[in-house]
Amino acid sequence: MTAYAAATTPAAPAAPSTPSTLTAPPAPPELVPAAAEDDDQRTSPRATLHHVAALTRRNLMRMKADPESLLDALLMPILFTVLFVYVFGGAVAGNSHNYIQYMIPGMFGQIGLSLAMAVGTGLNVDFTSGVMDRFRTMPIARSSVLVAKLLAESCRSAVSLVILVAFAMCLGLRIHTNPLGVLATLGLALAFGTGVVWVSMLLGMAMKNPQAVQGVGMLLIIPLQFGSSIFAPVRSMPGWLQGFTKVNPLSALADASRALINGGPVLHPALLVLAWSVGLTVVFAPLAVARFRRRT
Amino acid sequence: MELRTNPKVTAAVQVRGLTKHYGETRALDGVDLDVAEGTVMGVLGPNGAGKTTLVRILSTLVRPDAGHAVVAGCDVERQPYRLRRAIGLTGQYASVDELLSGYENLYLIGRLLDLNAKGARRRAEELLERFSLTDAAHRPSKTYSGGMRRRLDLAASMIGRPRVLFLDEPTTGLDPRTRNEVWAEVRRMVDEGSTVLLTTQYMEEAEQLASDLTVFDRGTVIATGSVESLKRQVGQQTLTIRPARAEELDAMIRRLADHGLAAVPDGEGRLTVPAGDEAQLTAVVDALGGSGLGIAALETRLPSLDEVFLAITGAQSAPSSLEPAA
Repeated sequence: MTAYAAATTPAAPAAPSTPSTLTAPPAPPELVPAAAEDDDQRTSPRATLHHVAALTRRNLMRMKADPESLLDALLMPILFTVLFVYVFGGAVAGNSHNYIQYMIPGMFGQIGLSLAMAVGTGLNVDFTSGVMDRFRTMPIARSSVLVAKLLAESCRSAVSLVILVAFAMCLGLRIHTNPLGVLATLGLALAFGTGVVWVSMLLGMAMKNPQAVQGVGMLLIIPLQFGSSIFAPVRSMPGWLQGFTKVNPLSALADASRALINGGPVLHPALLVLAWSVGLTVVFAPLAVARFRRRT
Repeated sequence: MELRTNPKVTAAVQVRGLTKHYGETRALDGVDLDVAEGTVMGVLGPNGAGKTTLVRILSTLVRPDAGHAVVAGCDVERQPYRLRRAIGLTGQYASVDELLSGYENLYLIGRLLDLNAKGARRRAEELLERFSLTDAAHRPSKTYSGGMRRRLDLAASMIGRPRVLFLDEPTTGLDPRTRNEVWAEVRRMVDEGSTVLLTTQYMEEAEQLASDLTVFDRGTVIATGSVESLKRQVGQQTLTIRPARAEELDAMIRRLADHGLAAVPDGEGRLTVPAGDEAQLTAVVDALGGSGLGIAALETRLPSLDEVFLAITGAQSAPSSLEPAA
């Protein structure tokens, strides 16, 4: 039986095969009143701004209610800094002071990456917990949920960045350029994060639970993170690995951040980062948006 | 069958030929359904009958493959935003934010429904009070019991005073007391003018709340009508008699047979006699009165909805199993 037949003659196909049912479904009257074309009440931009604000507040309150996740975001950079500076610093850069100047700028760039991954995980939590279903039955723009997530995660990233910089300066980090350089680093990290966020969104919607998102996320991040110039100069690595590290966008991001804080040629690595960001967006944004629309 | 096709009655939900396939599975296969404004429609059916798919389509969460559905005058496919302003949904799984308090959950939803800060606060407090959640208002909802969470979920779907409320198995897994509370709130919503479409596996719930029933099986509607009419179709009222002395059971059957009444032992020391009308009931009393046979208990009963449901679904699946292979 085709769907069309079912829609137009509901009783006919079933009748021959089901003799003497107790109750036959009623013969339906003529079709329901046709809806007027295109008079749906979409949400106004002004209302959408209010919705984004309410949802951002919600995401921030979630962070407040779950201090462990916040602790993770805030303490990880510090832990990494202390371990790497004092464990490997001497071996990589001769002394820990030089290493601070080398590694910390690279860590800045990573904050964009962890921001992007947190958006994917957060989205997965909302989808799997049923909260997204509630939002989807409400008259709000679908995108407001996403924008709110991004804004809240940006707040968290900003806090962890401030902590990282403050901590690194206590350990002896010097900004050789100017505060604008630091801001530019942050901007570049954000730009990279916006490219990666689409991949993270796809992961967040494809995986069954938040743990799976984090697991697969780590599997992707760890080789990118360590196979880059963040922690050690590329020239110290074997040739086959150099091939990977040189195209790794995190290397470009680390190089650009270093140049913006320590001085040096900035243009080439910065453009590379932007190109990656645009490339990732072009490839993954349509996929992520299509999937988001299908699920919302 | 009730005549519910009167076009004068405004229908809050109208469904025609609704079809949804998931791969080979026909979740819905040409469903027709009407829910009159201000009534409660109970949708009954076993797991996998298509009840949840129906609710998800009507609340714009899933798009149908074919057919039409109009809720509160809005087409589910063409006017989803308008429709969402008129509905509330409480699903099988409580969809509240576990990290937020009950108050914050309700406040957020109020804000998303375009209430101002003051209005959202007032509505949240009002509903917390109504669902006896005031004491727990500022605790994270993950610390709530299952019943409290379900009440919060129900409160959340009522913030916008929806014209049509969808309840997808709202009391599954709740203790009897909480179930009664949920029922009371649903009745109150109906008193205030809402229309409710309720899916359930509990016949008692359908009997308690619904005025009309639709029975689903494997994606199709196999029966529809008022609760009473469905019961009457399946069987008539019976009278159960428990003899005061068990050894007199056979004597009692003979005595009733002498009066033209067919009594059947139920295997648990009782007799069942058809008693569809007053005359039959009186005949039984006349037959046993003055016979010297003692009666310990008498009880009349209509078939339960469980029996109705089994009879309908049984009748529905019987033909296919009897069909010759050739």
